[in-house]
Amino acid sequence: MTEAPHHIISYTKLTAVWGLLLLLTGATILVTRLDLGPYKILGALTIACVKSGLVIAVFMHMKYEERLLRILLFVTLVTLAIFIGFTFFDVLYR
Amino acid sequence: MNPSDHPPAVFTSFWNDTGKTGITSWIFSTDHKRIGLLYFWSVLGFFLTAVLLGLLLRIELMAPGRTIMGPETYNALFTVHGAIMVFLFIIPGFPGAFGNLVMPIQIGARDVSFPRLNLFSWWLYMMGAAVIIISLFTGGGPPDTGWTFYVPFSARTGTNVSLAVFGVFIVGFSSIVTGVNFVTTIHRLRAPGMSWDRLPLFVWSLYATAWVQILATPILGITLVLIIAERVLGVGLFDPMKGGDPVMYQHLFWIYSHPAVYIMILPAMGVISEIIPVFSRKPVFGYKMIAFSSIAIAAAGSLVWGHHMFTSGMSDRAILVFSFLTFVVAIPSAIKVFNWVSTLYRGSISLEAPMLYALSFILLFSIGGLTGLILGAAATDIHVHDTHFVVGHFHYVIFGGSGFALFGAMHYWLPKFYGRRYAEKPALIAWGLMFVGFNITYFSMMVLGMKGMPRRYYDYLPEFAPLNLVSTVGSWILAVGLVLMLVNLIRGLRKGEPVGNNPWGGATLEWTIPSPPPTENFPEEPVVTHGPYDFSKAGTP
Ligand code: HEM
Ligand SMILES: [Cu+2]
Repeated sequence: MTEAPHHIISYTKLTAVWGLLLLLTGATILVTRLDLGPYKILGALTIACVKSGLVIAVFMHMKYEERLLRILLFVTLVTLAIFIGFTFFDVLYR
Repeated sequence: MNPSDHPPAVFTSFWNDTGKTGITSWIFSTDHKRIGLLYFWSVLGFFLTAVLLGLLLRIELMAPGRTIMGPETYNALFTVHGAIMVFLFIIPGFPGAFGNLVMPIQIGARDVSFPRLNLFSWWLYMMGAAVIIISLFTGGGPPDTGWTFYVPFSARTGTNVSLAVFGVFIVGFSSIVTGVNFVTTIHRLRAPGMSWDRLPLFVWSLYATAWVQILATPILGITLVLIIAERVLGVGLFDPMKGGDPVMYQHLFWIYSHPAVYIMILPAMGVISEIIPVFSRKPVFGYKMIAFSSIAIAAAGSLVWGHHMFTSGMSDRAILVFSFLTFVVAIPSAIKVFNWVSTLYRGSISLEAPMLYALSFILLFSIGGLTGLILGAAATDIHVHDTHFVVGHFHYVIFGGSGFALFGAMHYWLPKFYGRRYAEKPALIAWGLMFVGFNITYFSMMVLGMKGMPRRYYDYLPEFAPLNLVSTVGSWILAVGLVLMLVNLIRGLRKGEPVGNNPWGGATLEWTIPSPPPTENFPEEPVVTHGPYDFSKAGTP
């Protein structure tokens, strides 16, 4: 198999993603202020997922990687999501 | 590759390739075979140490009251026995020792993808083990929490939990590194013609195992760091007084430790899937289903950890889900058992030592698995939870299952790497002693548990005395068999009859090369032309 060609991302794009990350950080703080009960954690985690997804896709170049590598990473993240989800299932209904 | 580009192949066995024989030719070697043997002998050393502790536990339980030790010593001993058996023996035992020895050859590769990382994983393993050993003799002495390190006790006890847990943390890294190495190797280094549907089932099982090692072990690492954080900084993650949740610890611990039992059992199943067709002279029945069920076990097995927590105050709804999922995992496990039995059907069976271990694996693993369902059903678990029934059950799975499979692998594959073999008759006697001793020891424990004898106590009510004596005597028979097996095996490897390339008539690639194998494994890259259980073509790639 060959290596994926080296990809260079423009400054504008990088800055835009950075700005988006800052916005999402703001949203995380906002969520803690809202009265959502147990769903507060769900909201915070969802935002965190979007953020780490952006970092992985753009800053870590996963968007431009081989298919196999992307699948492997996806499986890993889904597994983690399931672990967290099942644990919450207990906590929510206790 | 054009053969004339190469000098004629010289077969120097990997034992004397460097001309050096000192210890440095081993502990700094990046050859997968040498690393495999390093792992093998280290793992065996820890196994024997922990067996000794197990025998001491049984002697203490021989009669009610204090027999040879008090409660504190007993608590420390079962903790150290369990921790060594799990983290230093059976988890590294298959991937580290036999995975390293056999897997690269079975896929037709020269070595693993990252040979240096491979050596590093052994070093991590030894460093972690050293830290664990140091923890036994320093600070407050050996940990007394059980191998599960449950809070709140582990956060409070004065024994040296922090250091021991840190040692396990390091050993965890060695496991992750091996997993990464194996996944990469199996994806990238298969010889031409070694398609996924020609992969030996042992390799399939290691592949599934490697994924569990990669995905689950980091969670154990983090959990252990959290224990240290609780002890040193008192952050209160698991302390309700500070808003924490002790049940959360159990979640985190079992998210790793239930999949970890698949690190222990999957490669064992792989070994059995190799041995049974070879000694029945028949292609394995249902190759695809066995391969697929390895992946299914690894995936579904990651979702059942809650069955360890039915009595811990988990929500009823979660209990329902975890109980159901536990029964789901029984399906792929049973698929394997049925496939092995179908392979035996009408085969031309030869009962040599590896086969005896494989057959007893099927029986003992089935007993272990079925008693597991008693524990997996929430209603019955409430009665037998934390009794000796559990102790009997998991010894049937990890000792009668994984342990016996490892012994089978030792008889089956070590002659390949030493070029010599054990004597058959003593091997059969040793197997018989172990099989009988094993069942006496652990079946008694299951009955005791059913009657209500709890686990992890040095003492018990007088009505449990007779069966405890039986169990202890059983453990002596088991020990005699074990010693006989090892003496015979090691003598055979040093002075036994030389074996040719293919003593058992196997059809996988390791049997096409000399015993012991040359450093490069294959004189030139093999081109695979047939499946792993196509015995009409045995001995050719
Ligand atoms: C001759 C061999 C062995 C003997 C006599 C033995 C005996 C015992 C006994 C008496 C206990 C403690 C029971 C109690 O709770 O009071 C125990 C616990 C345990 N054993 Fe073994 N065992 C042997 C081999 C093994 C093997 C091969 C493994 C794993 C590969 C293993 C893993 C464990 C574990 C994980 C525990 C639980 C420790 C805890 O409660 O924290 N044992 N064993
Ligand atoms: Cu489990």
